[in-house]
Amino acid sequence: MYKYILKRLLTMIPVLLGVTFIVYFILAVSPGNPALIILGDGATPDSIAKLNEELGLNDPFIVRYLRFVWNAIQGDLGTSYKNSLDVSAMVMERFPATLVLALAATLIALAIGIPVGILSAKKQYSFIDYFVTVLSMIGVSMPTFWLGLLLVMLFSLQLGWLPSQGMNTESVGMFLRSLILPAVTLGTSVTATIARMTRSSMLDVIRADYIDTARAKGLNDSIITRRHMMKNAIIPIITAIGLQFGQLLGGAMLTETIFSWPGIGRLMIDNIKTKDIPVVLGCVIFLAVMFSIVNLIVDIIYAFVDPRIKSQFQRGKQKKLVVADKTGEAAA
Amino acid sequence: MSQQSKAAKRQGGPEDMKQTNQKSLWGEAWIRFRRNKLALISLIFLSILVILAIGTFLVDIATNREFYMENVVKQDLLRRLEPPSAQHIFGLDEFGRDMLLRVIWGIRYSLFMSVIAVMVSILIGGTLGALAGYYGKQVDNIIMRFMDILLAIPSLLLAIAIVAAFGTSLINVLIAIGISYIPTFARTVRAAILMVKDQEYIEAARAIGASDFRIITKYIIPNALSPIIVQATLSTAGALLSIAGLSFLGLGIQPPTPEWGTMLSNARTYIRDSWHITVIPGVAIMLTILSLNLVGDGLRDALDPKLKK
Repeated sequence: MYKYILKRLLTMIPVLLGVTFIVYFILAVSPGNPALIILGDGATPDSIAKLNEELGLNDPFIVRYLRFVWNAIQGDLGTSYKNSLDVSAMVMERFPATLVLALAATLIALAIGIPVGILSAKKQYSFIDYFVTVLSMIGVSMPTFWLGLLLVMLFSLQLGWLPSQGMNTESVGMFLRSLILPAVTLGTSVTATIARMTRSSMLDVIRADYIDTARAKGLNDSIITRRHMMKNAIIPIITAIGLQFGQLLGGAMLTETIFSWPGIGRLMIDNIKTKDIPVVLGCVIFLAVMFSIVNLIVDIIYAFVDPRIKSQFQRGKQKKLVVADKTGEAAA
Repeated sequence: MSQQSKAAKRQGGPEDMKQTNQKSLWGEAWIRFRRNKLALISLIFLSILVILAIGTFLVDIATNREFYMENVVKQDLLRRLEPPSAQHIFGLDEFGRDMLLRVIWGIRYSLFMSVIAVMVSILIGGTLGALAGYYGKQVDNIIMRFMDILLAIPSLLLAIAIVAAFGTSLINVLIAIGISYIPTFARTVRAAILMVKDQEYIEAARAIGASDFRIITKYIIPNALSPIIVQATLSTAGALLSIAGLSFLGLGIQPPTPEWGTMLSNARTYIRDSWHITVIPGVAIMLTILSLNLVGDGLRDALDPKLKK
């Protein structure tokens, strides 16, 4: 198992280097002279040349990239052009808001998507199934930002139940109230995707022989569902959740914009408009690294849940296999 | 899946039988596709959109864009935010422009641009995937590792980075969206080619002396085509969503161009005053994406070899 995690960690390094390289390349070759942005209208050719030298912009691209990566590893993402603030500090300040939003959305998606998907699969071709299928199709096709606007129109402006702007940190209750609309907005398409995934992967196993066997030996329905169906059906669902996280990060930018949620997405969008490239770069790289880490975690969970992956790395180690099986079951 | 399999259980009438006898690969797929009513309705809806969009091009050419400037772009501030009426069934927007015309003129930016972006990614991603699939080994390794890296960046994030760096022109938005779908198609094409490459019928064709060109055009491409078509349809839906999302953030297509996401972005300011300018462009986006998804699902079921008898 550790071998698998180690292998997966090692393969992440070139991917992360590649990701940072591409993002750095795109943003570093962008037109527009940073020195001009920093100095504003009062810039003279002399002061521009001097600042370029100070910022190290005269160095070759690859040197700048390596310096950026070296600093980033140490937690330094550079300084903002506009206000000379530390980008890492700015990103870390905004990160909790984005994290809470993403987690809340994922929670909604899991809490609703999986049970609904299971129900729909078990009652295939029933009214419920048809209803869920149509609703999840609509959910997948609904643009996040439009849903957000509709929810604001209904729940904030018409009914006045929930706040439409900002994150309220006065009390836990107020905070949760301000979280509901953004989390539902962000979570809807993921919920729909997970419901669809759950339904189709449940349908793949629901007629398997081993389910008939389980039923024949007199197990009750809920045990069959949990132990026999879900254990197999969950594997593709876990993959879907990992991939959906990328969508979630994209959706978070839109959701944060609509609800003035003080997360990384908004930080990024605001700074694109002011052309503050280091901040944008910091945000994009931070989010891309987050995405990779989430997928790493998903892959590890995947290995815990799917004994077939585990066994690839454990031939001839009977004892460990038993231990891993137990933890695997606990994780499932 | 449910409607399709339900539909598949129904036996085709005599008309179906007649056509089945012709046994063309696409003919059979079409018969299966046609049984899926939702997919069929969606296809008709998309066709109507395409016809309308072509109509707008013709009108633009015929009137030298005068009709467009006069009715789609020109503001009439006295009549702003007028709700839907018999004269303007979709109402007027925040600058007093007819929403129906703006939605129709928006098709080319929303739907056509996503189609073009996806075609670009098919071309580049498909070629890369084909190279990786054909040559294998090192070539495969290098190309696919690069694709893994691209895939590790969430697509909207990559698109935003590109637009942030190079500015918000139509071309940049196209490139940004196009690039983010390259890995998807590289993977699809590679997988399809790997699956077909070593099949016995390819070997058989080679054994009876068919040329490489004939093998590729006659056997490999038709068999690799169906996953690409399905993926293209679903990706177009994704691209449309991304373009609209970028525009909504103010990073995509700029006003007064009537792109649906741009329209929604402007509508946000007036959300307290009127409902129709927020609801209508969103419905347009949703119905188009829904149709693309349904057609994509329908195509997948119609073309999936697993479902063939």
